[in-house]
Amino acid sequence: MSTYLLVDFGSTFTKLTAVDTALRDVIGSSSHFTTVTEDIAIGYHNALERLYENMGKVVQFDQVIACSSAAGGLKMAAIGLVEELTVEAAKRVCLGAGAKVDLIFSHHLNHKEVEEINRQKIDIILLAGGADGGNSECVLFNAKLLGEMKVKIPIVYAGNKSCLDEIEDIFIKYDLNYVLCDNVMPKINVLNVKCARNKIRDIFLKNIIVAKGIKKIEAEIDEILLPTPEAVLLASELLSKGYLHEKGLGDIVVVDIGGATTDMYSICNASNRSDVIIHGMEEPFAKRTVEGDLGMRYSAPGILKALTKEEIQFLNNEHGVNIEEEVAYRYQNVSSLPENPHDEFIDQLLAEMCAYRAMHRHVGRIEQIFTPMGLIYNQIGKDLSEVEYVIGTGGVVIHSNTPISILSKTTNILHNHQELRPQHPHFLLDKTYLLAAMGLLSQRDPLLALQIMKKYVISVE
Amino acid sequence: MKSIVIGVIGSDVHAVGNKIIEYTLENAGYKVINIGVLSSQEDFINAAIETDASLIMVSSLYGHGELDCRGMRDKCIEAGIEDILLYVGGNIVVGKQNFDEVKERFTKMGFNRVYPPGTPIDQALGDIHQDLGE
Repeated sequence: MSTYLLVDFGSTFTKLTAVDTALRDVIGSSSHFTTVTEDIAIGYHNALERLYENMGKVVQFDQVIACSSAAGGLKMAAIGLVEELTVEAAKRVCLGAGAKVDLIFSHHLNHKEVEEINRQKIDIILLAGGADGGNSECVLFNAKLLGEMKVKIPIVYAGNKSCLDEIEDIFIKYDLNYVLCDNVMPKINVLNVKCARNKIRDIFLKNIIVAKGIKKIEAEIDEILLPTPEAVLLASELLSKGYLHEKGLGDIVVVDIGGATTDMYSICNASNRSDVIIHGMEEPFAKRTVEGDLGMRYSAPGILKALTKEEIQFLNNEHGVNIEEEVAYRYQNVSSLPENPHDEFIDQLLAEMCAYRAMHRHVGRIEQIFTPMGLIYNQIGKDLSEVEYVIGTGGVVIHSNTPISILSKTTNILHNHQELRPQHPHFLLDKTYLLAAMGLLSQRDPLLALQIMKKYVISVE
Repeated sequence: MKSIVIGVIGSDVHAVGNKIIEYTLENAGYKVINIGVLSSQEDFINAAIETDASLIMVSSLYGHGELDCRGMRDKCIEAGIEDILLYVGGNIVVGKQNFDEVKERFTKMGFNRVYPPGTPIDQALGDIHQDLGE
């Protein structure tokens, strides 16, 4: 028998989940505010004490493993050549690695853009540009500019392989901190995630968590394995695909509405239809998008920006609230929790808008084209219409009295049939907040992680 | 090895000729980037930028070629690949029009080579060798 303690150092909460492999079950959980500004260990110790209290005893865990999105998570800049091609590929690789893509640049960089990279305290730069054998002039220019402007941030080079030697010469000449890997887009519209993602994870684990003061805690835990969003992505993929004889749920969507971002994960093929022509960049089977302007607190103003004046007016009249004031209050009091039914109602409303907008940006689109050869369907992005389960996670969804009304906003409520939203999904809830923990556990015992998820991710219909 | 972007422009789904062109050019030793059917001008141009292509070959088989190709040279100039060669061929206009006039219209639009219906790909291949200097 062995026991695991799975720790998620989140931006707001440090969450602990204890698992017993003999009982094959969760034996306890707890959480506490993340204390990254003073010492991350304080919050961890408090959470651990609470865990012991909840369990009624002190336990010596055989393995303590953690994921982290504390201290702003992993902030990245994605640089490519053409917006729809290498820029998009670079962006997707960053997102798949669990990063927040704070800066996105295309074509030749300029001084202002490089200054912006330094100013925004970016953790890692992903530098791409050119398919293999294709354009190398632009990416060489960009590498040189990063060197001339003495950028000390780790750079992952994942561009045209044909100029790899020249790129390395530039990096060495300017003494940059770099790693080289496979092109994120070796051919037009072909996405190559793996190599760059693994390098990003390595740098995150080696450098970033040190820089953010999270490394100190490693004396007390065995290993920090992943950025939290990547843990959630791995958990979602496992839950969808299954493991050995244990069946998965099939095609799923996971919605994670947090204080600063809304993360959307879809685990399915781009399309199961044979009568559509698919356009654009290849879609990953496990796809993550992050909306940095949609969140319940830090990013609440972004929700309003996505609405027109008329829509805000309509909302206010319909519900008898002043949504602008409510949003401003939440933005200024990011640690506030709902205290009364009115607060809960507003939070619910904002969460519904986050879910609707985030899906709008995540989901693929289809258009009918009348051609001399008949009606043709042209699809861009992922078709989620046959997705079987939409799973909610994140504080506001978990604590909502009617999570289903948030989750149902991912479906086609406005009857826009161009958007390939889930049509008739079942709605599930990660009620005990264990997706990230199970993503961690899946690195050690995938079968157990899957069985626990299937038990605790509950139906809300 | 020089790169050539090929594809079928507009709301056109004729895929057979497209495959033949890909096969022929590849056998002739070119690096072919086939962006397939239902492709927009931007798809061609973006692919050409990323692959540093020397030539874009546009196919249009459904008669709307003139509409679909309009402004393409301007977009290439705007995108920084003003020197790229543009070829077009297929059934690029509707009906039985005098091909010299058709050719003139497409040449004015900035296409370097304009091919009438039924042109064998080998003929175009000769032009490619000549234009790309290989």
